[in-house]
Amino acid sequence: MWNGDYLFLLQNLIVKDFKIRYRNMSLGVFWSLLNPMIMMGVMTFVFVKVIPRDDVTNFPLFVLCGLVPFNFFSVAWNNGTISIANNAGLIKRIPVPREVVPIATVLSTCIHLGIQILLLLAAAILIGPGVNVYWLWLPLVWALLILFVCGLVLATSALDVYLRDMRYVVESACTVLFWLVPIFYTLTLVPQAYATVYQFNPVAALILALRRILIDSASPDPSLVLKLAFSSTVVFAIGLALFHRLKNRFFDYL
Amino acid sequence: MNVIEFQNVSKTFHRAVGQRLLRHYIEDMIGAKDPNPFYALKDVNFAIRDGESVAVIGSNGAGKSTMLSLVTHLMPPSDGKVIVNGRLAALLDLGAGFHPDLTGRENMRLNASLLGFSRKRASELHDSIVDFSELQEFINEPLRTYSSGMILRLAFSVALSLDPQILIIDEVLAVGDQAFQAKCIDKIFDIRNQGKTILCVSHAHAILRNLCSRAIWLDHGQLIMDGPVEAVLNAYEGRAAHSAAE
Repeated sequence: MWNGDYLFLLQNLIVKDFKIRYRNMSLGVFWSLLNPMIMMGVMTFVFVKVIPRDDVTNFPLFVLCGLVPFNFFSVAWNNGTISIANNAGLIKRIPVPREVVPIATVLSTCIHLGIQILLLLAAAILIGPGVNVYWLWLPLVWALLILFVCGLVLATSALDVYLRDMRYVVESACTVLFWLVPIFYTLTLVPQAYATVYQFNPVAALILALRRILIDSASPDPSLVLKLAFSSTVVFAIGLALFHRLKNRFFDYL
Repeated sequence: MNVIEFQNVSKTFHRAVGQRLLRHYIEDMIGAKDPNPFYALKDVNFAIRDGESVAVIGSNGAGKSTMLSLVTHLMPPSDGKVIVNGRLAALLDLGAGFHPDLTGRENMRLNASLLGFSRKRASELHDSIVDFSELQEFINEPLRTYSSGMILRLAFSVALSLDPQILIIDEVLAVGDQAFQAKCIDKIFDIRNQGKTILCVSHAHAILRNLCSRAIWLDHGQLIMDGPVEAVLNAYEGRAAHSAAE
């Protein structure tokens, strides 16, 4: 029905999201930098001064490798989930392809992500081992995480229309996942039985890959990248299928 | 050729759907019958040929907007078939998709992309849209500083430049001040005179008499009368006068 320009539409929706989030803020995009830096400082204080440990040498960089992906994941998932219900006016009045709305929300969060990735790379250069050839893995592993989040958001944003509690489920899931993703601990501390389950969680897999690349200056384990690719693709396929099944009745339920 | 066709179309809604979204959805999925559905449209049949301009009339809640939402495929019918052939522009709710913190220019671009403009066409038409809206002076101000009339001007200017084969208009003829309203109506007449199809919901009967050749009268979701605009409007006005007198 709608035969417009997908890319142009997506670009406009992304820019809109980004602009309205920062337009009236004095600090603007610096908020994207400030939040992970403060968290990095606080967690470094706690896990170096309060609960000292010796299994991690470069704790600030170590924890930043966990915080940046998790922040993106949690903000994009939460905002994406409510995107259909929040844009009810649009959904009910303009025959625009529905998938575009949650995906644009995720991609607009990618602008902040880009800034935070620059911070992470700067940290890897300034307080870490610096640039190495394995950085070439970074676009792929990040793209897989974004694919995963798009899949999740397609599923939960569609479900949120019929079950408005979904947004609180997602909020709680993020709180739980903060502990179940190796942000401030290493995977070696996790009992072997659970370690494989961890690796099938794309957020955890990405964090592990980032640490291999940015801290150990080594190639990420191919089996880990395969698990990341597998989980992300499956979740995206399920999310898209679910969304297609649910989108016809959005109008009636919004 | 028929550009819009309704074949035995019904649309039902659950009553008080807000309270039990999930339960209703599961009932829909397993095919359970709602014992007491609300019929927004009931067994409606009509066909509109290419180049016709048709008015849809009826009192509030008669199913007019439901009908337009079905034509624009915003929702599927509960029963029957809706067939639409051709590129369609819908002026259902001017300003849907506008954001108060974006400037007039940014909103214009966003709205154009939502309505299906390509990047190239949006750039090409940019100046003529701004000219038509007569908002040059304010185009870089945020939309929240606009009056409601100015917002409608902007929305109308974007939507009318889409060059559709089928134009759907819902109660939006009363835009802005009289001068701008006259300009918009002229533009709609232009579109009609180019042989485009128009489907128009309005309570402004004087405009409908000029613009449309045919009218469809809906009441409580049912098609009461379908025929030449003059005859249908007279019958409708007669009935309205009759019920007012009672």
